[in-house]
Amino acid sequence: MRFVLAGQPNSGKSSIFNSIAGYRSATANFPKSSTSFTVTKSLVAGREVEVVDLPGIYSLTSSTEIAGAAERYLLDESYDLIINVVDASRLGRSIELTLQLLQLGRPTIVALNMMDEARRRGIEVDREELSKELGVPVVATVSRFGRGLKQLFRESLRHAVMAEKPAPPIYDLEVETAISSAIDVIDGIDPLPGVPIRLAAIKLLEGDPHIGARVDAIDATLRSELFEVTARLEEAHGWSADQVVSGSRHALAHTIEDSVVTHQDTSEGWREWADRLLLNQWTGGPLMVMILAAFFWMVFGIGQRAEAPLVEAFNWIQGSVADQFPAGSLSATVADGLVMGLAGGVAIVLPYLIPFLLGLAILEDTGYLPRLAYILDSFMHRIGLHGKSVLPMVLGYGCSVPAIMSTRILESEKDRKITAALTSFIPCSARTVVIFGLVAAFMGPVWALAIYLLNILVIVVLGTVMAKQMKGASPGLVLEIPELSLPEPKTLIAKTWLELKEFITIAWPLLIASSIVLGVLEWLNAADAINALLSPLTVFLLGLPAAVGMTLVFGVLRKELTLVMLVQALGTTEVNTVLSTQQLLTFTLFVVFYVPCIATIAVLAKQMGWRGAMAISGLTVVVAIVISVAGRLIYGLFV
Amino acid sequence: MMTLDAVGIHRQARVIMIDGGQKVRSYLNTLGIHIGDWLTVVQRAPFRGPVLVEIHGTRVALGRGVACKIQVDLDGVIDKLSGRLEAVEAAE
Repeated sequence: MRFVLAGQPNSGKSSIFNSIAGYRSATANFPKSSTSFTVTKSLVAGREVEVVDLPGIYSLTSSTEIAGAAERYLLDESYDLIINVVDASRLGRSIELTLQLLQLGRPTIVALNMMDEARRRGIEVDREELSKELGVPVVATVSRFGRGLKQLFRESLRHAVMAEKPAPPIYDLEVETAISSAIDVIDGIDPLPGVPIRLAAIKLLEGDPHIGARVDAIDATLRSELFEVTARLEEAHGWSADQVVSGSRHALAHTIEDSVVTHQDTSEGWREWADRLLLNQWTGGPLMVMILAAFFWMVFGIGQRAEAPLVEAFNWIQGSVADQFPAGSLSATVADGLVMGLAGGVAIVLPYLIPFLLGLAILEDTGYLPRLAYILDSFMHRIGLHGKSVLPMVLGYGCSVPAIMSTRILESEKDRKITAALTSFIPCSARTVVIFGLVAAFMGPVWALAIYLLNILVIVVLGTVMAKQMKGASPGLVLEIPELSLPEPKTLIAKTWLELKEFITIAWPLLIASSIVLGVLEWLNAADAINALLSPLTVFLLGLPAAVGMTLVFGVLRKELTLVMLVQALGTTEVNTVLSTQQLLTFTLFVVFYVPCIATIAVLAKQMGWRGAMAISGLTVVVAIVISVAGRLIYGLFV
Repeated sequence: MMTLDAVGIHRQARVIMIDGGQKVRSYLNTLGIHIGDWLTVVQRAPFRGPVLVEIHGTRVALGRGVACKIQVDLDGVIDKLSGRLEAVEAAE
């Protein structure tokens, strides 16, 4: 038995999925696409059910890559039931999608979600009446608190077993006439196998390029007959056929809404108040700066307080471990590498990583990120993008890999490419750890802040150049701004843990292993050869000790490694005793800008081809050298 | 008739026409913005930034480029969306 969860973005679909997803939920790829979705197996009344969580879509038309993939899944794949999650507080718009889903002719059930939110806004929905209007079962839920979900899944199972197909919604007379004419034209050729012919006809009227091409492939003469049908519809309304069809669906959705919803006046809550300030043309910008600054100081404050005692403890451990082995032996080197790898993770990375990930989760869950896109839209236009590109870029401060993958939310290819390229320049949490661990810790937080601002400046320059170089139009910002919400501590912790798990299970073992490898290489004097090879860069250009050469090599695997390797290469966690502040700054600048890690290069290659990924990596090295040499010279001159 | 980017804060407007290609149109349609719909301008960002509109209880940010493709009709300063629509329809 397979259920598909479909709904618009911000409808609470994911929390329904998470409530039944066990630990065995897995990510899978859409057929013929790199866009992914999540699947889980769960027991409903003793039966094993597979639940597929499709990405949120506003409608059944492929306006973005993600929506296209979800649409193809709904059209082509086999499943037993659609669970359509509907936001009760935005019923009219939500059931526009429902009306499209009903055209699929598959068993469907509606989860009338966010009932608490609707009530707060003075909206009362008559569930039974809605069920009658749509012709499918409707179950009221509050997925955030898990209310009604048990009943939803039991009802789903019952409905799936009965396999009762819904009746398609009927549009207004002119559209219906056009639909039946279109059906007459394509009757017998079956352009979309497995899909009701009525839906194929509607999609043809809406000018769907995908099915249009299929019809052409079967019989090109049919196109002119279809053209006549749409021309007649356009003549009757004076609008284009796609607008007539979507307008008719819109009208039907709102007629249904009016008949099942009663409104009551409500007073303004804190959300409206906060939004008035956060999005205001005078206060929005300054508040954004304050929020981001508070975020920065929080990470620094927590990280620094936690780091100092941990580093001290590990220095003591390192000393006592060294006493156990004969000095200069291989076993001493391996033991030292092991302790350094552990210390790097616990004492240097985690103190900054945990508050950083938690803060990012808070920004995400409160709904502040779309507001950031709104405020920064005009700024982004200056670099040839628009506000929506802010979302991947902010995620880039966490990890470049998901951030680059999320550029799929952008509509135009030009925007996707430029945003992906720029996102690889944004200091991810690993690079943040280096900035905080070296510059903020030994030179003061103002210097760390300066690096972030310099980084933004570089991105602005690069973005402006790239936008001038590449052709293609950007459609501009169209973005829903969801309500602000208080983040749930449980989901915050779960989110942070998910990211942290990645570090602990993948990065940390790699860190410890690399630390040991570096130790052994040094013991064998092999590290010297690589260091010598890199010394024109490290010693001549950057003015650093030759020993840091190896750390930069390891940094390509993961950026945290540069810091831990630096500790290992220099043989102390108190790197400021070995490196001058000028050297610390130069090193950090180079690490922040040079080659994104291997995982990022791989995802870049997937998104824009190997040539693009290599070009960006090459560019990062050039930028890193220019910036760090300039930083070194300017610091030497003025400070 | 005017374009949406020229509408002041707290004013209501009715969508008359959406210029531009099918892609922009269908994208606006999927977000619930159709010809004949009433919307309220909630905020306008400075420096030719986006316009924030409220439509059918949802808030949507529209970049200036998009907003200037939406032709609207104004009808004075209005408090509540639902009340207004009925009043206008009665007048019509």
